[in-house]
Amino acid sequence: MPDTALPPDGWIGRPMPRAATRRLIEGRGRYTDDNAAKGELHAAFLRSPFPHAAFGITGRDAARALPGVRAVLTAEDLAPFCRSWRTESRAFPGLVSPEQGPLARERAVYQGEPVALVLAASRAIAEDALELVEVEWDELPAVTDPAKALDAASPSTHQGLTSNLAWRTEFGGGDVEAAFASAALVVEERFTFTRHTGVPLESRSVLATYDPAAEALEVRMSHQIPHQMQVHLADLLDLPMGRVRVIAGDVGGGFGIKMHVYPDEVAICAASRLTGRPVRYVCDRIEALMADIHAREHVMQARMAVDAEGRILAFDADDIQGLGAYSIYPRSSTVEAMSVLRTVGAPYHFGAYRARLRCALQNKVPTGQYRSVGHPIGCATTERLMDLAAAARGEDPLEFRRRNFLPEAMMPWTNPAGGRMAELSHTATLAEFERLLDLPGLRAEIAAMRARGRCVGLGFSAVVEYTASGPGAYGPAHVPVAAMDTVVVTLEPTGDVVARASVAEIGQGIQQGIVQVVADAVGVPPSHVTIHTGDTASAPHGGGAWASRGAGVGGEAAWGAGRKLRAEILKTAAALLQSAPEALDLRGGQVVDANGTPRMALADLASTVFFRGHELPGGVQPQFTATHQFRREEDVFLTTNGLQASLVEVDPDTGIVTPLRHWVVGDCGRLLNPLLVEEQVRGGVVQGIGEALLEACRYDPGNGQFLTGTLADYLLPMADNACDITVGHVETPYSGSALGAKGAGEAGTCGAPAAVLNAVNDALASRGARVSELPITPTVILRALGTLEASE
Amino acid sequence: MELPDEPTADIALTLNGEAIRARVPLRQNLVDWLRHGAGLTGSHVGCEHGVCGACHVQVDGVVVRGCLMLAVQADGAAVETIEGATSSGRIRALQDAFFNRAALQCGFCTPGMLLQAAELLERNPDPSRAEIREALSGNYCRCTGYHAIVDAVQAAAASLRA
Ligand code: FES
Ligand code: FES
Repeated sequence: MPDTALPPDGWIGRPMPRAATRRLIEGRGRYTDDNAAKGELHAAFLRSPFPHAAFGITGRDAARALPGVRAVLTAEDLAPFCRSWRTESRAFPGLVSPEQGPLARERAVYQGEPVALVLAASRAIAEDALELVEVEWDELPAVTDPAKALDAASPSTHQGLTSNLAWRTEFGGGDVEAAFASAALVVEERFTFTRHTGVPLESRSVLATYDPAAEALEVRMSHQIPHQMQVHLADLLDLPMGRVRVIAGDVGGGFGIKMHVYPDEVAICAASRLTGRPVRYVCDRIEALMADIHAREHVMQARMAVDAEGRILAFDADDIQGLGAYSIYPRSSTVEAMSVLRTVGAPYHFGAYRARLRCALQNKVPTGQYRSVGHPIGCATTERLMDLAAAARGEDPLEFRRRNFLPEAMMPWTNPAGGRMAELSHTATLAEFERLLDLPGLRAEIAAMRARGRCVGLGFSAVVEYTASGPGAYGPAHVPVAAMDTVVVTLEPTGDVVARASVAEIGQGIQQGIVQVVADAVGVPPSHVTIHTGDTASAPHGGGAWASRGAGVGGEAAWGAGRKLRAEILKTAAALLQSAPEALDLRGGQVVDANGTPRMALADLASTVFFRGHELPGGVQPQFTATHQFRREEDVFLTTNGLQASLVEVDPDTGIVTPLRHWVVGDCGRLLNPLLVEEQVRGGVVQGIGEALLEACRYDPGNGQFLTGTLADYLLPMADNACDITVGHVETPYSGSALGAKGAGEAGTCGAPAAVLNAVNDALASRGARVSELPITPTVILRALGTLEASE
Repeated sequence: MELPDEPTADIALTLNGEAIRARVPLRQNLVDWLRHGAGLTGSHVGCEHGVCGACHVQVDGVVVRGCLMLAVQADGAAVETIEGATSSGRIRALQDAFFNRAALQCGFCTPGMLLQAAELLERNPDPSRAEIREALSGNYCRCTGYHAIVDAVQAAAASLRA
């Protein structure tokens, strides 16, 4: 049974900024490229200019002869220092994803794939040398469109493969055919979701230092999961794990982009091993847009059956995922598609489901886990069908949702998609949502705007997210992913507490959450707690930052460690004070008795133990370092729920959609820090708005060339095209843990595209137009309005 | 490995209030030189093509994109980076407001954002939310969604007017 004695007036739940951001506002951050190593070499990659080509590197002498160049390396040069790898998962038996290495060999299968590496005295010289490397390219036909990729007549993404089908599956439950046959209403839509990518403002960066004498590798990198990289670098470079240290200092955003094993980063480590010199590499923005993972390329055909009373009977979803040239290593790209299909219908009760999935290989960069993995697509699909059904019934969209929400009394419930729904608060969340929006007032406002000729629309989305994945997610797939976390807390001689945690800070603020948890668990103010994250030499193994797991998993480890340290402190204090541990308490850094009367300052106790140990009674051996490793045994995921609303304006002349306002009510269990949770929600919503309206990785449909390689082509939300976001909370602590926290960091991104899509359709409805393609660019709007021909 | 023969030039400038001389590669942009030549890593590089604003620095009193200017062009200029603006105390109110309002997450955009916001408040001590959004539209932030940044700039403006 978890020890759930949260102090009534504690620090958990208080809105506090993350202490370390003091450094960042003064320009004192230490991001990877802010570090230099003596004797370092700078790297630049020669990347394939073609989506698919055979190549031979025919001349390196001119590049090597350039003053300042140390080496020009190919796949053959790195092979003795680094294994190749292949993405496999028992969750996806038969998954087709060919072998990969740090540099391509003979054939490049996506534009931007690294084929050679120059090491030089500066990045500029390394880039000069790239131009002197002689390569013979033999361009091959490229596969880009995911649906066409599956045609028997399509060229192959990889020579030697007879099909571009990477994996397929079909799953569900209940009698789908009978449900659709008996339905009073069937709504159906075909959705197109264009690829986009995460664009953390700090691009991927790495500084690798191999010490040949110690046979040890130290890697500073901008990454979400340093311990995962330690595992894979040790494996790929064939080093003992203890001789690989990975340090992620300040990280300039991640969003899922920085949780994979990238060939270029592995190549840098292998190059350091080859040369015995530190090697530094920073992905430039063009490389990042082209060769960071992309995400969310789906063609989704979906329908929903509804009975005469307006109750959902069934969903039927047929999805084609554009997976890229490889399934991303090590977690695999297929995870995103499965997340899409598991999310369909998630907030609601329904009796039958059929999901069909085909994952298509393409000559494009691999796709992978990007913030709220797959959920935004499942959510947009579901929520658009909800609106179509409500409209067909002539019913208010919120009323239709209210009737169909999974009732609290039915939970826990495993739905026909296989999703286990537990401790969701749809009723309370809807009530808070209606209060926050003041719907009658808002509807009157919208009516007034429309009366003045403005084309505005309001759209809703209901969100259920699977967060804080437990060992049941990747464990059975035999993919080496730690779903647990470790926190070590140490009492220092001054009475300060230092925590070392395997969670990773990437801007989301988890350091502050952990500090507040440790403060309450031990009984000291947060100002006396210092936290270290991001260094495999500092914290034992654990999961890092993914799946909104910091609070739900890392928080539990911190609580457990803090409680152990507190018990040890009280035991020692009791021995010194000739009292009993049960008669003492630790509050605000003071040992107090049952009346709250101070008996001893923690600082005095600590200095006695560390510096004047001779004063301790015999047999007392205080253990002032405590470790807790936490893994959840129940519930593979912690489900969270929420509602969002979007108010948008469409300009029918230009096709530009402007978000005017956005509302979110979420339930992520116990809020460790509402200030930071709210800003996670807001940031996530704006990423979702970007997904809905702006962001697209585009390729020329003819030659497969990547078209959006700069931030002038790949459009991101800016301050003047994002909107204010009102956030509310419902708090239903998870009953299976001490703190009750669930995941919070991705829900904003999950629900925003759906809400915007519904809002745009609400705006367009009076003009008889509808859209089902993301992003909803001006072209999409003008085509829907008939201003542009479909082919234009 | 032969030593590189980069063409260079000698420049003299005032950097964060201090007169300095430096030899810079002709082709090196200002932000790269500040970061790697002068060791001032508070200015960041987010795109190197003039879109994101992470590289913002002040040159002769005007906020410019450090990636769109060569280091040699700073010859004779007064350059101020986030480090200088911090130690002079001239952006303290904004920094406090950003911290308290959690108007930064990863912090990568923050130095450029603060310098741009400071320029706005000099020009307009009481900006509306729309004016703040407009003034900061050349500074990308991928983390916050901007709402908290607008709040923080408003709060700083209010504290400076008080
Ligand atoms: S780095 Fe200069 S604008 Fe982006
Ligand atoms: S705080 Fe991360 S980019 Fe602005």
